[in-house]
Amino acid sequence: MVLCDNMQKSAQDYLKTIYSLSKNEEGIVNTTDISQKLDVTPASVTEMLKKLSEEGYIKYSPYHGSTLTEKGLKEAQKVTRKHRLLESFLSNVLRIGNDKVHQEACQMEHTLSDEAEESLCRLLNHPDTCPDDGKTIPACDLPFSNCEECVQLHKKGLEQVGKRDKNLVSIKDLKNGTYGKISFIRGEHKVLQRLLDMGLTPGTQIQVIKVAPLDGPVEISVRSSKLAIGQNIACNVFVEITN
Amino acid sequence: MTTPTPNIDQKNKTPTSDVTKKSAKNNNDDTGKQFTFALAGNANVGKSVIFNQLTGSNQIIGNWPGKTVDRAEGLLFFEGYNIKVIDLPGIYSFSTFSMEEIVSRDYVALEHPNAVINVVDASVLERNLFFTLQLLEMNAPLVLVLNQVDIAKNKGIIIDKDHLSKLLGVPVVFATATRGEGIYEAVKEAVNLATNKPKSNLLRYRKDLEEQISKLQNLIEKENLNLGYPSRWVAIKLLEGDTEIAKMVNEKSPSVIAQSRFIAAEFEKHCQEKCFTIIASERYALSNSIVVSSLQQDEIWHPFTDKLDWFSTHRIFGYITAFAVIGGLLLWTFFIGNTLSNFISQGLNYINPINPLLSTSAPFLSIILNGVWGGFEAGLTLIIPFVIPFYLLLAFIEDSGLLTRVAFMMDSAMHKIGLHGKALIPIILGYGCSVPAIHSCKIMETRRERLLAAFAITFAPCSARTIVLFGMVGLFVGIHWALLLYVVNLAIIFAMGKIAMKAVPGKSTGLIMEMSSFKRPSLKIALKQTWTRTKSIIYLVFPIYIIGSALIQLLYFYDILTPISNAFYPITVIWLGLPAFAGILLLLGAVRKELIILGATAILGTTNLLVGFTSIQLVIMALVAMLYIPCVSTMATLGKEFGWKTATLISIANICTALIIGGIAFQTLNFFV
Repeated sequence: MVLCDNMQKSAQDYLKTIYSLSKNEEGIVNTTDISQKLDVTPASVTEMLKKLSEEGYIKYSPYHGSTLTEKGLKEAQKVTRKHRLLESFLSNVLRIGNDKVHQEACQMEHTLSDEAEESLCRLLNHPDTCPDDGKTIPACDLPFSNCEECVQLHKKGLEQVGKRDKNLVSIKDLKNGTYGKISFIRGEHKVLQRLLDMGLTPGTQIQVIKVAPLDGPVEISVRSSKLAIGQNIACNVFVEITN
Repeated sequence: MTTPTPNIDQKNKTPTSDVTKKSAKNNNDDTGKQFTFALAGNANVGKSVIFNQLTGSNQIIGNWPGKTVDRAEGLLFFEGYNIKVIDLPGIYSFSTFSMEEIVSRDYVALEHPNAVINVVDASVLERNLFFTLQLLEMNAPLVLVLNQVDIAKNKGIIIDKDHLSKLLGVPVVFATATRGEGIYEAVKEAVNLATNKPKSNLLRYRKDLEEQISKLQNLIEKENLNLGYPSRWVAIKLLEGDTEIAKMVNEKSPSVIAQSRFIAAEFEKHCQEKCFTIIASERYALSNSIVVSSLQQDEIWHPFTDKLDWFSTHRIFGYITAFAVIGGLLLWTFFIGNTLSNFISQGLNYINPINPLLSTSAPFLSIILNGVWGGFEAGLTLIIPFVIPFYLLLAFIEDSGLLTRVAFMMDSAMHKIGLHGKALIPIILGYGCSVPAIHSCKIMETRRERLLAAFAITFAPCSARTIVLFGMVGLFVGIHWALLLYVVNLAIIFAMGKIAMKAVPGKSTGLIMEMSSFKRPSLKIALKQTWTRTKSIIYLVFPIYIIGSALIQLLYFYDILTPISNAFYPITVIWLGLPAFAGILLLLGAVRKELIILGATAILGTTNLLVGFTSIQLVIMALVAMLYIPCVSTMATLGKEFGWKTATLISIANICTALIIGGIAFQTLNFFV
């Protein structure tokens, strides 16, 4: 697939590509895959990767591949989130065909401000997946533990609210055995309340036991009980990794 | 007042038998003391096992007034007391998201049972105490029953019962309900509670939250709202933003609501968190601190169950397990079912020597014998041999924890038809009989999911349909054709599920399911479960079979069927390419599907169906028979669960599907074969 071809490949595009190619939080992405996805020669990819590595966004080893650092992950999640929110907006609100939204979003994502990003999220009622390929939209970086807090408290203005300093990962993207601390649950009240009732309150330590194949449920251990959570809910449960 | 008779499982040699002896001794002095106890707790903690042990056969199963939630009530005679026992639905919390939760909390708060027996799973104490704390918020007189202590011990969990009791301020009892252990003690404590009414501790949450609660509580008490609920509990619910309670309070005093909103908003601003998350977190924090100080956990390695767990959810072996479980279940049913069915029919033939074809000379006798007796016989040869073995094995698979793993593996496949893993249970049940299958759709969370699952079930090859399929196609055309139709049927279930998912408005909710650990299944529980499921068939299906068969026999005798069937000529003969008498068979099959074979045998005067059908016609006939309409019993169940409009719509959808698929199949087969 050609990604954002009619513009110069920015560092953000590289980070976004590495993010989407890595299967889980430690996923190593090789240079050939990046060059294919971005439609750029391997040589220029290598050059850019070295630059990103120098700036501390990725860990890069020539014959092994690249992984995102915390700093890189933050940047990658941000731009991916903007991209996928824009896709949702273009598709669900402006009714632009799913074949075109990707291109459009690619051009808009770099100029969308953080404030517009959060307004978009609220306008779209906190969407969880993007319309064209069903991929999970990363969580926002506001310090809320659910969307209702955001709706109520954002009025203070973004500067007042502050930012979350840790990166959040959805439990569906975690490797088996990873520990995490419940930090944010996205979505409507009913699902949130059900998860709270089952013990997934903010700050709770969980462990991912197993992710079923074919986009199946995620089995987690929480408060010494084991729960299976379907993909469509799991993609809304975000943790801070605490391994 | 009649003399109370002890009725706790008298054959049981476990401590419960003490109840019998002791109550027999002093049943003269305490006659007529009435108590009501409620059983409450999470799902899958063994609550119904305890309920069955307490009430034996004195049970009334009905619905809560105006709700579609099952209400189980039973009587217990204990040491001279007449005790009414109510089994509340298994729930995790008292939010207002499901009918079950509303029914339960209104019962506990408004009906004031003399004691609430809170059954908890000892190996998942922290999560279970979350619910216990909510019962205590309602000032419920509580007995805490730590059930499945044997399993907990196996997992290395040791609980300090007395310490737990001191912390919570309620009596705590150890129990292993499947063996009847601890049940006597639990009832004893509950009676003690009901007679002495001791005051329980007031458990407090963190200070700033308690301040808000008491502020609001004072307000509520000052206004004298007379809601029937405890004022502290109402205060907590208002802070949580509970819509039901807010509505109720608003009718009495809008100012309380306004002030509660203000208090909540101020507190939320202060904490930067929503009140309902704060309260949930606080309950869990308290529960956690109680567990930490009263429970000791040793790591115990379980090589066998851990391996089993790994295997049954593995990315390859997991699917193999899932298919082996479902396939094995079906094979076992056909094998045992066929053997038993032949055995029973032979026995019945012996009793019923009258030739079913001799009907013209004695119409009344014919209606009685062929109709009523025939219906009864069909019930006996179909339900008993096929459905009972099926449900028995299924109950074992369920109780062992294996079915949970199958549901886990099949979740993503079920999503394709707008359902999730849990829907696998009703759909598998549908392979036995649609009636209990549709009934069991209650385990799904929303009406939409219940409806989608029930709709898929109406296409599932129940045992009657399987008999038609193998009796018509398997026997006369070839077993591979029968199997092919079986696969086609699966594809149709899937396709129709997908269409229904698009047609029924709403969003699919997701799976949140407890992965209970593997355990040795109990025969007693499996038998009980099998009986519960079979009972609904016997009560509903037997009468319909008997009345329906007699009615059809009557219509047949007065030759009313033929004109109706002739009216179907364009459909049956032209569109589906079936013989003209197929119309009669389809009418018969609406009562019970296997009548199609019996009817064909009667009309043709021979058991060799090839006399009246070509091979293609047999295939088409079986295909249409599988799909064309839910049988009368199924329709009755659909009507009861979803209303008659929905039941009619589902039936029409089935008829259309059968006609379209049958017609296409006929044209295709004609073209190729």
